[in-house]
Amino acid sequence: MRAVRILERALVTIPIMLSIAILVFLFMRLSPGDPVDIMLGQEGTVTASERAQLRHEFHLDEPVHVQLWLFLKGAVRGDLGYSYVHKRPVKELIADRLPATIELALGAFIFSLIVSIPIGIISAARQRSLIDQVSMIGALLGTSMPSFWLGIVLILFLCVRLQWLPAYGRIGAGVGLERVTGLYVLDSVLTKNRPALITSLKHLVLPSISLGVGGAATVARVLRSSMVDIMQQHYITLAHAKGQSEFLVVMRHALRNALIPTVTVVGLQVGALLGGNTTVETVFGWPGLGTLVIQAITNRDFPLVQASVMVYAFTFAMANLVVDVLYTYLNPKVEL
Amino acid sequence: MGAPNAAITPQSHASRRWAVRIRLLRGSLSYFWHGLVRRPMALLGGIVVLVYILAAIFAPHITVHDPIKGDLHKRLLPPAWQDGGDPAHLLGTDSLGYDILTRMIFGTRVSLLVGFLSVGIFVAVGTALGALAGYYGGLLDNVISRVTDLLLAFPLLIFAIAVVAFLGPGLTNLMVALSLKGWVGFFRLVRGEMMAEKTKEYVKAAKVVGQSDLAIIASEIMPNIVHSVLVLATLRLGSMVQAAAALDFLGLGVQPPTPVLGRMVGEGRNFILNAWWISTFPGIAIVLLVVSINVFGEGLRDILDPRQKVE
Repeated sequence: MRAVRILERALVTIPIMLSIAILVFLFMRLSPGDPVDIMLGQEGTVTASERAQLRHEFHLDEPVHVQLWLFLKGAVRGDLGYSYVHKRPVKELIADRLPATIELALGAFIFSLIVSIPIGIISAARQRSLIDQVSMIGALLGTSMPSFWLGIVLILFLCVRLQWLPAYGRIGAGVGLERVTGLYVLDSVLTKNRPALITSLKHLVLPSISLGVGGAATVARVLRSSMVDIMQQHYITLAHAKGQSEFLVVMRHALRNALIPTVTVVGLQVGALLGGNTTVETVFGWPGLGTLVIQAITNRDFPLVQASVMVYAFTFAMANLVVDVLYTYLNPKVEL
Repeated sequence: MGAPNAAITPQSHASRRWAVRIRLLRGSLSYFWHGLVRRPMALLGGIVVLVYILAAIFAPHITVHDPIKGDLHKRLLPPAWQDGGDPAHLLGTDSLGYDILTRMIFGTRVSLLVGFLSVGIFVAVGTALGALAGYYGGLLDNVISRVTDLLLAFPLLIFAIAVVAFLGPGLTNLMVALSLKGWVGFFRLVRGEMMAEKTKEYVKAAKVVGQSDLAIIASEIMPNIVHSVLVLATLRLGSMVQAAAALDFLGLGVQPPTPVLGRMVGEGRNFILNAWWISTFPGIAIVLLVVSINVFGEGLRDILDPRQKVE
């Protein structure tokens, strides 16, 4: 039964993705500026017949719906167009950069969970204590801070002043690493490459913290707030009366139920992480999809912008789907 | 028993209803104030926001230097309390000789303008659409809800970046980009509340009396929904200021030479090694503004609409 519902949910995502593709395509086609002009921009004077030839080659002389159909056909087969500026298929450019963005998002995600869950639990268990008040003030600041500013401040203190961690890039200069998945930390583990592991972890720390703090703050607050509500319930009083240790009461009864609304919020973080990494990537010179999009926009490289936005939206939709499915396993009361 | 009592004056139906409304409004305001005074943090947040607004309005009168004219002889001066600092430039200068403090104060103008205007736009749009969809339901509701599902498939920043790519950078385009996704939250809120209120007795009574649908929505139901909208709007204001700052940082927002807090942080990046103050102080201004908005908004939520607690 559940498998059927999961399948249904997955199938609903398809029209959404189709609409996204169409929307993005129309967006780009309607923007000002002739693609042919942009392509030939640096080439000097071009004859009219050469322009016509180029136009025909890229199907720009066809009516819009034909272009759309061709685009969709190509996209389904994995051909996302050709970048005028980089002179490479868009697919390759994105494939080069996507793992970096995923690694950053994962790093931030893991950081935010590691930080927020213990803080949320402890704050709820020790309400109004110093640690609770400090954490909640910290959480308030965390949700209000722009991640790029935090990144810059971290660089100032930990890279410029103290020189503990590197400020830019994904890996130290001159360190070789065999590429398996594109996620440097994972690859260094898989290829048993210790120097690469150390340097890629060092490079991952600060960007992950900058990106993850906002999410950590929100999750910590939600977790604390739902645990506080639960701790006032009768069954918690009963557990205490039975003589169960504080630790067990908190972890076994309170936490399990408090996790349910928390997971919803954690799921929402996925979207924020995917969207927010553009600024953090810029601050840390992280060669991911975000910086690629910005570059593409500045260069008016429309096929690249179009494909990147689509990839982002797809990744986001997929991540949401995964979160929704996981959620049904956690909370048996919820129907997909 | 016959002579009219001087204390009871005849009033028309409509003006009596307005008198009642004004009294109710005064009552809600005092209730609100009552709650606010008991929440010192929220009150403090509100005061800070007010200070920002006043600073933005009176910016030319409280600053000494020109925000868009720099003195190139005085570039890259550190804050006044450090070696080489100049007391005339309290927070230092940037690479073109602009005074940081002056630009920060003028920069709050843009941040507040973008924040309030965008929120205003999408609150209005989202609320109107939500009210109509919630009240009438049917095809209108279906179509708009599908559109919102589609819009929600995009992460905010990427969507805004794409819109700015399409329309080009600048103040109005920035606000359009931010508003295009923002209205969805209000649409859902108002639609939900409208659907709940629609079934209540007072609505049925109004219909029986013969009030037109629009009049019912506007004068009977909306006053009961307004407080939720207000709370959500205040909370969204904080995220709008942050989102605008992010777009500005990337260079996709308001263009030079207008001083903008987010862009100042971005411009200071190149000088982290030797001029840390260029990025740091504008960032602090942003953080302070957003924190104050959030604290005030949460206080507002506790007072007016505690149901919105776990979003």
